[in-house]
Amino acid sequence: MIINFLFASIKAGTPLLFGTTGEIVTEKSGNLNLGVEGMMFMGAFMSFYTAYHTGNLWMALFAAFAIGIFAALIYAFLTVTLMANQNVCGLTLTIFGTGFAKFFGEAMINDAGGSPKLSDTLMAAFSEKKIPLLGDIPVLGKLFFSHNPLVYLAIIIAIICTIYMIKTRAGLNMRAVGENPAAADAAGINVTLVKYFHILLGGGICALGGAYLSLINGGGIWNNSSVVNGQGWISVALVIFASWNPAKAIFGSLIFGAFSVLQFYVPKNIIVIPNAFYVMLPFLITTLVLIVTSMRKSKEGSQPAGCGNNYFREER
Amino acid sequence: MLKKLVSFILVAVMVLSFTACGSKKESTDAGNTAAPTEATAEATGAATTETATTREPIAKENIKVAVIHIGDPADGAGYTFAHDQGIVAMQTALGLSDDQIIRKNNVNDADAAAIRTAMEECIEEGANIIFGTSWGYMDTMKELAEEYSEVVFSHCSGYESNGTNFNNYFGRIYQARYLAGIAAGMKTQSDKIGYVAAMGIDNSEVTGGINAFAMGIESVNPDAKVYVKVTNTWGDPTLEKQAAEALIDEGCDVIGQHCDSTAPQMAAEAAGVWGCGYNSDMTKDAPNAHLTAPIWNWGAYYSATVQSVIDGTFNGANYFGGLAEGLVDISPVSANCAEGTQEAIDAAKAKILDEGFKVFEGNIVDNEGNQICNEGEAIADTDITGKMNWYYKTVVVE
Repeated sequence: MIINFLFASIKAGTPLLFGTTGEIVTEKSGNLNLGVEGMMFMGAFMSFYTAYHTGNLWMALFAAFAIGIFAALIYAFLTVTLMANQNVCGLTLTIFGTGFAKFFGEAMINDAGGSPKLSDTLMAAFSEKKIPLLGDIPVLGKLFFSHNPLVYLAIIIAIICTIYMIKTRAGLNMRAVGENPAAADAAGINVTLVKYFHILLGGGICALGGAYLSLINGGGIWNNSSVVNGQGWISVALVIFASWNPAKAIFGSLIFGAFSVLQFYVPKNIIVIPNAFYVMLPFLITTLVLIVTSMRKSKEGSQPAGCGNNYFREER
Repeated sequence: MLKKLVSFILVAVMVLSFTACGSKKESTDAGNTAAPTEATAEATGAATTETATTREPIAKENIKVAVIHIGDPADGAGYTFAHDQGIVAMQTALGLSDDQIIRKNNVNDADAAAIRTAMEECIEEGANIIFGTSWGYMDTMKELAEEYSEVVFSHCSGYESNGTNFNNYFGRIYQARYLAGIAAGMKTQSDKIGYVAAMGIDNSEVTGGINAFAMGIESVNPDAKVYVKVTNTWGDPTLEKQAAEALIDEGCDVIGQHCDSTAPQMAAEAAGVWGCGYNSDMTKDAPNAHLTAPIWNWGAYYSATVQSVIDGTFNGANYFGGLAEGLVDISPVSANCAEGTQEAIDAAKAKILDEGFKVFEGNIVDNEGNQICNEGEAIADTDITGKMNWYYKTVVVE
């Protein structure tokens, strides 16, 4: 029972992990992109469309990544080059992405003459598979070694991003830009380039979360009305929960994933709580974390100082 | 810092008090929901076909039919799709042209302003009759019916009517659920049947569906239990899939559903178990899992109603059709079903159609041991539509 619950939590948490990692990369370079939901939607559609027509999982993931970069490019151009308000651009991107996916999703359904369905071979390619030997270990085998490939991909990306941010020179530059772009500029870092690169990278990773939702959560059928359904927003909250650290986001997404499936695993005849409470839980916890981190008053694990503000060299 | 602590504690207190109210409300709701549904009973039966001329006839070329959908028919399956298929069937049956049909999709049924705008746009375009397919449209439609007495308003799944140009329509889907339950009961090997329910015990429509499904199962398999998980939403495929997976984890090997998407059936397909869909035939979505689905043939109602508006005989009485009227049925029994399923279902169908078997009749005990109905009696239609706030004895809600 507990094992099944944890297993379901990991599955529910994976799209959040993609979204959170992508948003952390974006925010660490000083840009608050509230378009996660929209980028996930676009990724969800593109990956499904590509998977439907090519039947190739990796092509589908690549397409999602590419459309995520494209969506983030719109945002980057508006905020970095044209210095438009970041919050507004992010929200607009969410609305645009949602509409984009639904518009083309409907066209795809009309083309297919009914709800499009992925081929069985493709479904098998990203179904849950036991890793030989390791998957047979009792308990641990099911928890860690019997997932679909995208779960591992999400964790690997999160780990790589952590190492990149903390251990490499490029990561240091990116954090410098996020904290204080003026100082970074003075130190000879190309602020615009760094911002562009990380916004695009972050957008691509977010869109992979959308791919997870449409390919795996959707069960191989395109559903126009609610593919992403707020997961992007939960990812934005999770960034705070993970205190801008992708490694912590791995556990954060697991916890938030657990909350989202908790209501189905709590024995309702023993513990009687209205369902609305379970829906509320992730956000309640985020509030708690916000309070605790703000009380600690440490610079570590707080929002990058330059996040949300555009950098204009002449105004230094 | 103290400020923050205090404000957090206040928020926590507020949240907890909300939850406390929420749980209390459930018990009182059971009584409240019953009251407004009395109108349905008077109108039971195919009242719309009565011949008293109450309105001006409208020439067929001049009729314009509008339909307000909560979702998007392009989803290709599920609730809105089923309704739209009914509209298409009506269009074909009456020979209307495409520009005589107005569709408004994705109209949020909790947003009264959006509903009003959508409907007034339809009236502006010359609609003579407006069908609203979601529960939440009812109050707005009732108001509009008074403002626009020349337009007919027909609302799905509610209970009100005004005797002239506003009525409600729904059907005895529980009859089809009973038949689907037979397929599920014959298929299960673990004797555990899961059910993904959109709403909890205070929703009579959902609860009635579960009870009829459980009674159908019990008629062929007295040992089987029905395990229910509630998602509290009509449309969230992710949540519906997670609920289905949780049921499968508990050992359920047939997944029934009362929610709009195909997600529970996809979960059943992926896990190698079976399932009964809803609204439209989901065999094409889950070819190795799907048994049969209770389905709606809304076309039966839409054709008759639009015809009555053309003839000028629409009288604003409520409609509550069933198997006999062809409004509900089950999708063709798939090859996944156990042997003999078709015969058992045919027998039960004949019992309903020819012997007047009402499903909710005879000795019925709920899962808390209360006697709901006695031998030789039947539950009244008002209670079926409004007071079904109990679960049948084989139902387990966790």
